Amino acid sequence: MSLLEIREVTHYFGGLRALYNLNLTLEGGELLGLIGPNGAGKTTVFNLVSGFYTATEGEILFLGEDLTGLRPHQVTARGMARTFQNIRLWNSLTVLENLCLSQHYQLGYGLLGAVLRTRSYHENERRIRKTAQQLLEILGLSHYADELPKNLPYGMQRRVEIGRALSLHPKLLLLDEPAAGMNPSEVDQLIDLVRWIRDEFNLTIWLIEHQMRVVMNLCEIIKVLDFGETIAEGSPAEVQQNSRVVQAYLGDEEVAYA
Amino acid sequence: MRRMIPFLLYLLVCIATVAGAQAGVFNAYVQLIIMYVGINIILSTSLNLINGYMGEFSVGHAGFMAVGAYITSILNVWLFTDSSVFGPSLLDPSSALYLFPVTLLAGGFGAALVGLLVAIPSFRTRGDYLAIITLAVNYIVKSSIENIQVIGGARGFMGMRNVVNSMKEVVDVPWVLIWILVFTGFTVWVLHRLVTSTYGKGIVAIRDDEIASEIMSVDTRHMKVVAFMLSSGLAGVAGGLFAHVLGYINPGTFTIMKSTEILVMVYLGGMGSLSGSVLSAIGFTVILELFRPLQMAKWVVIPLLLILLMLFRPEGIMGHRELTDVFPWLRRFLAPQERRS
Repeated sequence: MSLLEIREVTHYFGGLRALYNLNLTLEGGELLGLIGPNGAGKTTVFNLVSGFYTATEGEILFLGEDLTGLRPHQVTARGMARTFQNIRLWNSLTVLENLCLSQHYQLGYGLLGAVLRTRSYHENERRIRKTAQQLLEILGLSHYADELPKNLPYGMQRRVEIGRALSLHPKLLLLDEPAAGMNPSEVDQLIDLVRWIRDEFNLTIWLIEHQMRVVMNLCEIIKVLDFGETIAEGSPAEVQQNSRVVQAYLGDEEVAYA
Repeated sequence: MRRMIPFLLYLLVCIATVAGAQAGVFNAYVQLIIMYVGINIILSTSLNLINGYMGEFSVGHAGFMAVGAYITSILNVWLFTDSSVFGPSLLDPSSALYLFPVTLLAGGFGAALVGLLVAIPSFRTRGDYLAIITLAVNYIVKSSIENIQVIGGARGFMGMRNVVNSMKEVVDVPWVLIWILVFTGFTVWVLHRLVTSTYGKGIVAIRDDEIASEIMSVDTRHMKVVAFMLSSGLAGVAGGLFAHVLGYINPGTFTIMKSTEILVMVYLGGMGSLSGSVLSAIGFTVILELFRPLQMAKWVVIPLLLILLMLFRPEGIMGHRELTDVFPWLRRFLAPQERRS
């Protein structure tokens, strides 16, 4: 059974076709890159996969289960976590609380436990806290634990967001433009971080990225979208050679010279 | 042992208050103000859960209060008193002593169910649009009660005084005051524990970023239902207590004016701050009484204070902070929670 299977997915926003006949299979363990010019439909793919949109046509299977009709938090609970293009941390909660709250689907207690402070409440809160603290530790964020995310440098906020996604113990990690807005040294750190995470946590990573340096360095397979259609798929070297990709990014030769 | 300190302190305050009332230190007027303070604390802290912690804008809190007030009053008058509406009492009037909290909670439960009228639409809409829905629910409740003639319609409903009296006949202590103190403590206790747990922070997460919350594993619908039902349920309990302080209620009491009054307390105290809501409920109730000599002019002076507050301190007195954040030494007594790492 493959980890993720996208079968002939087409998605419309009103009359606008954002995605056309997308097919993709992840067996597990890959580091896949999704690239394409602005408006190619990359984030739409992530929004479909994470259950935020429901595909107009086609189906998406995660661990063999159809995601249609599941709400995003249910998809997340099945082992899929993501980060956002524009960082979306909970800014009125501390970094540590952010990493605790993302374990909301496996709290192990409910309203009554929270109010009565039962034994199970204390045990579960301790467990959640420990997971969060361990993650902060290995990501080198421990000294930011009690800070509000908005007070952190941009690169650190990205790191916290990745940490928050990891606290969900995902099998598949979706990174939406993780290098956006980063300076070159932060990008280098990010590349190391992503590679390290994949080995350390043994998970499948799928990322959307604009910066070619990140994609070409990291990804083993690259899928290129343009106007919602897949125009190329293959290793970084193959994709770089592909004439349709060059065309999509640089435009037609005639136009380019005009 | 330390975690008992806030509870013991509150118990002490309650005992002192009841003893003071019993010994005649507090006259009936002062007792009345203390009871209003308690009711207002329940109302403002419970509304703060929606407007402050969850970041929605509910303007219909008085509607839920009305539901609780009517359900509790009707149950009590029907069960424990001989009335022209419901005939002779169903149960022994003295049993009101034990069953009063049960009818209060029944009122709260009824109000919580009406809270679903707001909770379910909140799945799809938010912000201004949801505010309109809460306003509509407030009107639906008020107009429905006005049109049910059996319970007095627009003329109002009474007979709760007899219930209180039959409780006093058994043991002569100020029962309504005691139950107000109990439920005020209960409300603050429940809300505090909720919002400091990771579970309850799911409500704060919705305020910060609803989409991210849903995608990052928070069941936002569940949290919304919990928040709205708990908030309106507590407002219902406050309504039940309010009805028994006055002994008479009519739908005209629970209009948008009353909702606004509660809103003012929440914003005065500060969004997302329980201690702020408690302080402002005390302050607002007392100021309202102090300004009584101004008569109608007080409704010029108080809104004016509100304008000044919004200009110079828009986050309210406390604004997302608790007393323990302002005075960290208080933490030793009041919040001996898990140590921060």
